[in-house]
Amino acid sequence: MKRPKIFIANEIPKSVEEYIGDHCDYVMWDFSKRKNFQGIVDHIGDVDGILEVGMKIDKELLKHAPKLKVVSNISVGYNNYNLDDMKDMGVLGTNTPGVLDNTVADLIMGLIISAGRRIVEADADTKAGNWQKGEMDKFFGKDIHHSTLGIIGMGRIGEAVAKRAQGFDMEIVYHNRKRKPQAEERFQAEYMEMDQVLQNADFLVVMTPLSEETHHLIGEVELGKMKEDAFLINASRGPVVDEEALIKALQEGWIAGAGLDVYEREPIDRKNPLLQMRNVVTLPHIGSATRKTRDEMAMVAAKAIVEVLEKGDSPYIVPELRKR
Amino acid sequence: MVKPKVLIGYPVKDEIMEYVGEHCELVQMDYSKAITYDDIYERIDDVEGAVVLITPIDKKLLERGKKLKVVSNITVGYNNFDIEEMKKAGVIGTHSPGILDDTVADFVMGLLISTARRITELNSFVKGGSWKKIENNHLMGLDVSGTRVGIIGMGRIGEEVARRCSLGFKMDVSYHNRSRKEGAEEEFGISYKPMDQLLAESDFVIILTPLTEETHHLMGEREFSLMKKNAILINASRGPVVDEKALIKALQEERIAGAGLDVYEKEPMDGDNPLLKMDNVVLSPHIAAGTQRTYDDLAWNAARCMVRILEGEEPVNVIPEMRG
Repeated sequence: MKRPKIFIANEIPKSVEEYIGDHCDYVMWDFSKRKNFQGIVDHIGDVDGILEVGMKIDKELLKHAPKLKVVSNISVGYNNYNLDDMKDMGVLGTNTPGVLDNTVADLIMGLIISAGRRIVEADADTKAGNWQKGEMDKFFGKDIHHSTLGIIGMGRIGEAVAKRAQGFDMEIVYHNRKRKPQAEERFQAEYMEMDQVLQNADFLVVMTPLSEETHHLIGEVELGKMKEDAFLINASRGPVVDEEALIKALQEGWIAGAGLDVYEREPIDRKNPLLQMRNVVTLPHIGSATRKTRDEMAMVAAKAIVEVLEKGDSPYIVPELRKR
Repeated sequence: MVKPKVLIGYPVKDEIMEYVGEHCELVQMDYSKAITYDDIYERIDDVEGAVVLITPIDKKLLERGKKLKVVSNITVGYNNFDIEEMKKAGVIGTHSPGILDDTVADFVMGLLISTARRITELNSFVKGGSWKKIENNHLMGLDVSGTRVGIIGMGRIGEEVARRCSLGFKMDVSYHNRSRKEGAEEEFGISYKPMDQLLAESDFVIILTPLTEETHHLMGEREFSLMKKNAILINASRGPVVDEKALIKALQEERIAGAGLDVYEKEPMDGDNPLLKMDNVVLSPHIAAGTQRTYDDLAWNAARCMVRILEGEEPVNVIPEMRG
């Protein structure tokens, strides 16, 4: 039997490469070079699968890959997939839910505490040699314990954040398209309308996937409803928040600060005003970035691609592309 | 009746000043600038009670303050008290246990996650305009949830940290303490370990012992050599519990992965302290208890402790060494 062929577009651990080698032939991008569209096209003319992170998968690309059966995202978000185009061309797409929940939830708690308790600011100030005697109140922050955590989008990561927040005796309120009775029971989380979550939260965590409905879900109106001493935390996808509105809200003191791992444009533009703000923690999209989790994600993505190519199905196919 | 004369040696909010003023005669101080030991020394002659933050209460001060009956520390730590000299002079010392536990425990978790996930370093990376490509294999951090944490010193703050680690982050929590804490073992599912075993097995070592003669330089070269290479040290108790020179050496020689520090052998730190240059170390200027609400609660407690004693009521929150 002829072995299927895979294009590996992102760096993966040796163990994952070996696993793929056991099941498929493969070509890899030359990682010393910057990725570009033509370069990708040159690699996919005869492949059955693509293993990648965040690559735009649409008709434009797919027409250069006539044999392609499956694209595997080494990430949980798949807003890089044009689902309609993929359906039309009969190409399946997979993602890696579950593996990274704890790692992302850890970072979200880190963003909450480092923004609320001003850890990044204090660290930068101390390292600059500015610590003076008798300035105890210089970095007074906001208490995390017994404050109210608002979660918008109560999926698996939302639940993992709620679990952590329980250790801090935080009150948990949430909004989601559908109610989650189990989460309500496990975390004593209270379901609320979106507006109420905005009004009650001391820390508002945005955890929705990016879709047409969630694009700019948090804009001027929403930010205007938040408490003045509240913090916005976003580690889902940048465009869920209207960044221009957020910048305005921060500049005008509508909210106290923000903790961000994602942006409308990544890498972030060097002129973005967020970079000048001391009360904003800016991270370079590292929600899932630990060695262990990334390795596990790469392995899950590799297994998903092999499953599809060998058996025609995988539990990791994204819901919209599953056969009914 | 003549009101006793008292001195408030650190700025507190107006309501507290008013409360003290109703019961006592306040010595005038200029709170617009940092109050020094000398400011207090000069005004201590006929003062009967004082509320202080970290001012040393030593032989020199006590010799001048012959009428002193009580010194109330705003914080919980009281290594600024010369206990023997205070006993000789018949001066009662009080402190503020129990009030800041949650706030400090929050901060400890913030230091832990910030160090593990490189939050301060990567915030500077983004703000400094160094984020230029999406691939972030060089920005990987260490996982928090599911790892092993060892807490040295299982008092009230230790228990609050254990709650967060165990219930929130599903960490495997062990502790070392002079006495076993069966209650905490059961409540948080934590286990007692001998010191050396704890050091050898933990991914995070959190120091929470008070500073005493026995705990001075509790963490030295030998202890760091027992720790795992990828382990992180967190200290939010008192600086001299850790031999800072040994810590710096361990970090420079990469015998441990990083540190999150709120306290130091000398505070404020010297401008040439090598820690200031280390990316894998998170530094904060002794602000673990630093939220406005907690500070107000602490100051209230100190003011009430002092007034009670001056009015002849049963003393509360007397430091353990002076009880019974």
